[in-house]
Amino acid sequence: MARVVLKNLNKKFAETHAVKDVSLTIEDREFVVLVGPSGCGKTTTLRMIAGLEEATSGEIHIGDRRVNDLPPRDRDIAMVFQSYALYPHMTVYDNMAFGLKMRKFPRREIEGRVRDAAEILGIQDLLGRKPRQLSGGQRQRVAVGRAIVRHPRVFLFDEPLSNLDAKLRVQMRVELKRLHDRLQATAVYVTHDQVEAMTLGDRVVVMHDGRVQQVGEPLEVYGAPRNRFVAGFIGSPSMNFLETTVAESAGALYAEAPGIRLRVPAERSKRLSAYTGRPVTLGIRPEDLCSAAGDDSPGFSFEAVVEVVEPLGSEILLDVRAGNASLVARVSPATRVKPHEKIRLAFAPERIHFFDPETEEAIPLSI
Amino acid sequence: MNMKRDRFLGAVLLLPALAFIALLVGAPFLMALVLAVTTSSAGSLDVTFVGLQNFRDVFGSPVFRTALRNTLVFTLASQAAVILLGNVLAVALKKAFRGRSFVRFLILMPWAAPIALSTLGWLWIFDSTFSAINWILKVSGYFGPGEWYYWLGDTALGMIAVVTVHVWRMLPFTTVIILAGLTSIPEEVHEAADIDGAGFFSKLFHVTIPMMLPILFVAVLFGTVFTFTDMSVVYLLTRGGPYNSTHVLASLAFQEGVLGGDVGRGAAIALFLLPLLVVMAVLMLRRSRRAEVL
Ligand SMILES: Nc1ncnc2c1ncn2[C@@H]1O[C@H](COP(=O)(O)OP(=O)(O)OP(=O)(O)O)[C@@H](O)[C@H]1O
Ligand SMILES: [Mg+2]
Repeated sequence: MARVVLKNLNKKFAETHAVKDVSLTIEDREFVVLVGPSGCGKTTTLRMIAGLEEATSGEIHIGDRRVNDLPPRDRDIAMVFQSYALYPHMTVYDNMAFGLKMRKFPRREIEGRVRDAAEILGIQDLLGRKPRQLSGGQRQRVAVGRAIVRHPRVFLFDEPLSNLDAKLRVQMRVELKRLHDRLQATAVYVTHDQVEAMTLGDRVVVMHDGRVQQVGEPLEVYGAPRNRFVAGFIGSPSMNFLETTVAESAGALYAEAPGIRLRVPAERSKRLSAYTGRPVTLGIRPEDLCSAAGDDSPGFSFEAVVEVVEPLGSEILLDVRAGNASLVARVSPATRVKPHEKIRLAFAPERIHFFDPETEEAIPLSI
Repeated sequence: MNMKRDRFLGAVLLLPALAFIALLVGAPFLMALVLAVTTSSAGSLDVTFVGLQNFRDVFGSPVFRTALRNTLVFTLASQAAVILLGNVLAVALKKAFRGRSFVRFLILMPWAAPIALSTLGWLWIFDSTFSAINWILKVSGYFGPGEWYYWLGDTALGMIAVVTVHVWRMLPFTTVIILAGLTSIPEEVHEAADIDGAGFFSKLFHVTIPMMLPILFVAVLFGTVFTFTDMSVVYLLTRGGPYNSTHVLASLAFQEGVLGGDVGRGAAIALFLLPLLVVMAVLMLRRSRRAEVL
């Protein structure tokens, strides 16, 4: 098994600097998810690890070897492509066996491994078929099977679930997670779906515009986003952002926007006092808002007008307007409101985030 | 109601094409079938039905047998060379390099240039006195004193010359078809094979060629049928000489039927390979349909 280390990795194409100074250590047996919007360089990073793309600069280590100059076949990795990239003229069996045949494994061994993998993935009955005779989900399994028969040190996945329908995607997600527990291999998984990233990753790496924005455990990235991009990207629906100005009044700090005046929690005051009289971006997640009865938490609640009500069953999404800002709140299904009604929304003071509007960096709790 | 009108319109629209095929392909073909079993000759109205006599006569003639053998050699050799070289060229042209589109354009030239014109160049290359090849061989010291190749005046060299020019001429077409086939293989499949540990040759034989088979079949089918029935290179280069030793069936049919005036005999020669061609076409079309869209 192996650890993967990326050191100051860069990739420049003719016009694009696709990957910028990415440094990352993926521990042995860890499941790391690269996540970010389209075009942020996830695939390019993965392809450099695989050896399908040459790094412009920087180093890639797998295990204790520097692999920059090794061809893909010598890196002991397996990759599952978004398009699956099965060999269309081979049966499922041969697709899975191909890598082992190329590596001159004895036939008995190949057969054993293919049957094992097929059993794990529940595709024993499909071994004689050609890829064109399979459904999308079945092809996906074959692609995974082709990777696992090799017992590689590192698995690379490039959006393997994105061609499946929503239901199957959820199901395969669970299966992949189970599979990883069972195989105990290092895995690097690329997706643009933050739910997939949160549910699958031991750690997630949020990328944007070729750069790593934040690396951390899913709940860490969710709970303490390092900048505005991460805050907005992780979590669904996205975090609400309010452009406010910090003001001091009677020894307390307030974040003010037209029609809203929110108290800055005492533990944040220290850092935020430097912003007195200046703008800061306040961030609050839809799920951290709830409807408040009366005016029981002055300073930590505000008045809003409901514009759209989206009942989802287990919860209700409210599109509201507070002052001149639009916000989304995720409230309990018991909440009874109609469009154009007023509602008071409260939040837990420790759940709000502040960002410097210029650098977009989070303003941390303390120094 | 609407359907009926559509059908009628469809038939009307198809009519010109069908008439065209019937008049320009069907009628001469039927004519040839009829002529092949008669004693018709140019300029004579005396036509008698002779059954398969023409075929028997033709088959008994040594010139015909040479032409038949030449046709097979010509077709097999040129197709083998064309497919091999076409693959090499297509692989090279698929790689990105500076000036690729210009090179692609150059490679298409032999196909675009009129054969009668480009053969002039080849006539010079194979000329008995000024042959460019000979002079290169001489200057490079390959020829001893007095050694010389008479390209178009020698049976074996003549065939080599004919095959060479035909390969040169067919290559662009085949290359383009193969290039299309190569381009249609998703890059990720190649990459999957790289990761699976396949080297250049394993990839070629286990992935690329099998995935290209349908399109290779089409290339071979068209190339073979085209070559079987083609006389232009032979006719322009050697006129079947020396001593009728480089004739192929098509050029022989033209010489005997049109130039020699023995129309029945010419038709018999021309039709000789028809059954073979039909069988081949059917086989290959069936095969390629089965291999299609893997
Ligand atoms: N072969 C290439 N040549 C030139 N530019 C490329 C190439 N491959 C990728 N790029 C560019 O590099 C950037 C990153 O691409 P990449 O494929 O890594 O994005 P991604 O994060 O995987 O996006 P997606 O979620 O859409 O797959 C993009 O701007 C893309 O246009
Ligand atoms: Mg991608």
